[in-house]
Amino acid sequence: MTATAIEHGPEHGHAADDHHHAGDSGLATYLENTRRNRLGMWLFFASEAFLFLALLVTRFYLWRGPHGEVVRPELDQFAGLIVTVVLLLSSYFMNRAEVSIANDKRTDFLTSLLITAFLGTAFLVGVVVWEWGMFPGIVKGHLKPTDGVFGAVVFGMTGMHALHVLSGVILILNVWWLGRKGHFSGERHWGVEACAIYWHYVDLVWIFFYPAIYLIGTTIDVPH
Amino acid sequence: MSLFTLGIARGLLGQVLGMVIGMLLTCAVRILLGWEAWAAEPAWTVGAVCSIIGFLLGVGSLDDWLKWTKGIPTPLHHGPPVDKPAWTRYFSVDYNHKVIGVQYTVWGILLLMVGGTVAMIFRTELARSGLQFLGLDLYNSFIGMHGMIMIFAILLGVGGMANYLVPLMIGADDMAFPRLNALGFWFNVPGSILLLLSLFIGGWDAGWTAYPPLSARGPIGYQLFFLGVFAIGLSSIVGSLNLFVTLLRMRPEGMSLFRMPIFCWAVFATSLIQLTATQLIGTSFLMVSVQRALGMGFFDPRGILGEVSPMVGGGDPVLFQHLFWFYSHPAVYIFVLPGLGIVSELLPVFSRKPLFGYKWIALSSMAIAIVGFLVWGHHMFVSGYNDILRIPFMYATLLVAIPTGVKFFSWLGTIWGGKVHFDTPMLFVLGAISVFLIGGLTGPILATVPTDFPLHDSYFVVGHFHATMFGGFVFPFFAALYYWFPKVTGRMYNETLGKIHFFIMTPAFWVQTLGQMGVGVMGMRRRIADYDPTLGAGQIENWQMAVTIAGFAIAFGVMLMLWNFFQSAEVGVAAGDNPWRSRSPEWQIPSPVPEHSFPAPLHVVGEPYDYGLADAGYVTTASTGDD
Repeated sequence: MTATAIEHGPEHGHAADDHHHAGDSGLATYLENTRRNRLGMWLFFASEAFLFLALLVTRFYLWRGPHGEVVRPELDQFAGLIVTVVLLLSSYFMNRAEVSIANDKRTDFLTSLLITAFLGTAFLVGVVVWEWGMFPGIVKGHLKPTDGVFGAVVFGMTGMHALHVLSGVILILNVWWLGRKGHFSGERHWGVEACAIYWHYVDLVWIFFYPAIYLIGTTIDVPH
Repeated sequence: MSLFTLGIARGLLGQVLGMVIGMLLTCAVRILLGWEAWAAEPAWTVGAVCSIIGFLLGVGSLDDWLKWTKGIPTPLHHGPPVDKPAWTRYFSVDYNHKVIGVQYTVWGILLLMVGGTVAMIFRTELARSGLQFLGLDLYNSFIGMHGMIMIFAILLGVGGMANYLVPLMIGADDMAFPRLNALGFWFNVPGSILLLLSLFIGGWDAGWTAYPPLSARGPIGYQLFFLGVFAIGLSSIVGSLNLFVTLLRMRPEGMSLFRMPIFCWAVFATSLIQLTATQLIGTSFLMVSVQRALGMGFFDPRGILGEVSPMVGGGDPVLFQHLFWFYSHPAVYIFVLPGLGIVSELLPVFSRKPLFGYKWIALSSMAIAIVGFLVWGHHMFVSGYNDILRIPFMYATLLVAIPTGVKFFSWLGTIWGGKVHFDTPMLFVLGAISVFLIGGLTGPILATVPTDFPLHDSYFVVGHFHATMFGGFVFPFFAALYYWFPKVTGRMYNETLGKIHFFIMTPAFWVQTLGQMGVGVMGMRRRIADYDPTLGAGQIENWQMAVTIAGFAIAFGVMLMLWNFFQSAEVGVAAGDNPWRSRSPEWQIPSPVPEHSFPAPLHVVGEPYDYGLADAGYVTTASTGDD
């Protein structure tokens, strides 16, 4: 890791006041910018929380039986459990990646990132193939988007979440690629941190979504 | 110089290309699936999504981030573009918050004129009963269009004031994230173009609230309308995020939160709503959009879940109203809080007295923002939701009167015994107070369940709403334009024309708002193109005519203001650095503000509003000395 390499790219980003520090792109400026970036990221999460809350409200508002009881559709419990475990495991490797780069362990860092991206992709495949049944040749899905509020809410919630997982995987691969080119160091790795907290956040959302979709309420059998 | 050196020209080209590519993509996918190639709704929807991306790529707002993904460094460029005339920066991506603030404001005023023109058209139609020149569908599209364009215009005006003023008021060089700031502005351009375009592919005829099931079955224009709102919503979210970080992390030494200029508190409270609640209008519109496009029946009420067959229906249009109003009620506080902040900001300057109850004003803004999250159900008293919900929503709504009252008493306390100067900005501030009082006093009538029943969906609501919007946004916004015009341009506007504008617009607006309330009480429904001429003992046509004439008078006043600004920017007398003898940091530096606003970091040494007190300084910088 050379000194010039760490001046580059995302690690130099968001430098709002760099003209006051012309010639002094020192660690102090970097740390202040990182504090700003971190606050911005958490505000972004606060904003996104309202999107996911709206979807949760929709689920509990619409999935009601004839007597107002909370209901849920019959879904593939095995697939749901597996993708949840896969996603939670991926968070462990994301954390491992962040800790590794903070300690300048580059090989561990890159390997952990790749494992995270792989597990994230596995989650996506699980949702798209098993739960959605996008490829009826492999697995026949349980619901179609047009199947009343069950279809609408299952596809709405998993779809919005899958979009976030997909963007997270792309972000991880981008960070991995930049990491291979030597863009991060133990001192300067805001890009990795941003990617990591985003990934944990997407995981956290699933921890609320999984029980809401798969576990809470009595099942109403959906005819195939 | 070719036209395409202007970012906006490249952006518009990108938008057209994006639209075409999106449509072709849709056709290609449909052919692959073995369906008929052309279907208007999916083609326009995908085309519109691609057109927003196309615009942003074309204008160059994403360039730096795309380079970051490749690890290429992009140092911020300061100052006007090197190989082009300086004025071109206003038409291209520029990271200076002062340029972005002007871009927001100008685009906002343009939309204000479009929205006003639409209003003048259907107001002319309403001057007499019967249908003269507007068809029913077009009338419906126009009233919705007037509403939504004005909301866009107001959000842009708020963004303009916040972006230009907040960094200057806290002595920061710029916003915390200049690139995000530019992106926040440029989202608005393709968004408003999509909104206007929707009128040409069928419009959308259920009013700006777009309630399903009407919006789920209406013309294709709805999809463009939803995406336009989505783009503006993204702008709101990234803009407020940026303002939060700027306010929390970039204040100078000594400027505690309770020593910020009071406008910053208003922006802080507004950002709290914009950051969070905006997601809800996006989600609710997205749900209608996918219900139309993919048949996902969130709001499709046919069938009861689990009773006939679980595969059919179970959706509920009332859910849409809950999600929609969770944003759209707090949204009115997004519109008025900055305006009320302007009132509090300007009153001490023109009264030469300290602001009465600074902390109370600051906290009342926060209180309005927080209580604002709990009152959405007062729009739904007659929606058929659970009766019991009406009561908490009624009380929560009435609670808003308390922090709003705090503001009124503080304003009175500030003027009381002051040495009041009646310059144009001050006149508009006083006009704002008078108009907002009308809006405020008619609020509890609509917030109380029994009095809301007969008035719901009548023109009384329209009158009340316009009074809050003019009092809370339009009058303070105009005050702000007159007040900071010398700071932005370095020249003074024409005071006589400004006063004429005020004395035309204020009485005209009183006539308009009271007239609207009057015809509402007579039985005029909102969103209906025609009315019974025998209403109000046969007097309703005269009232309608008065409202229409008042509307045209307001439009004339606005044109007068714009002409004044255009003229004065060229030939106005030099205003000097601080024509209003303000203590605020932005007036302690030259007009127009130089590229790097402050030559040295600010030091805060006193309270912001100690007007009339000897030796009471607020800010100092090393090079400009004591204020």
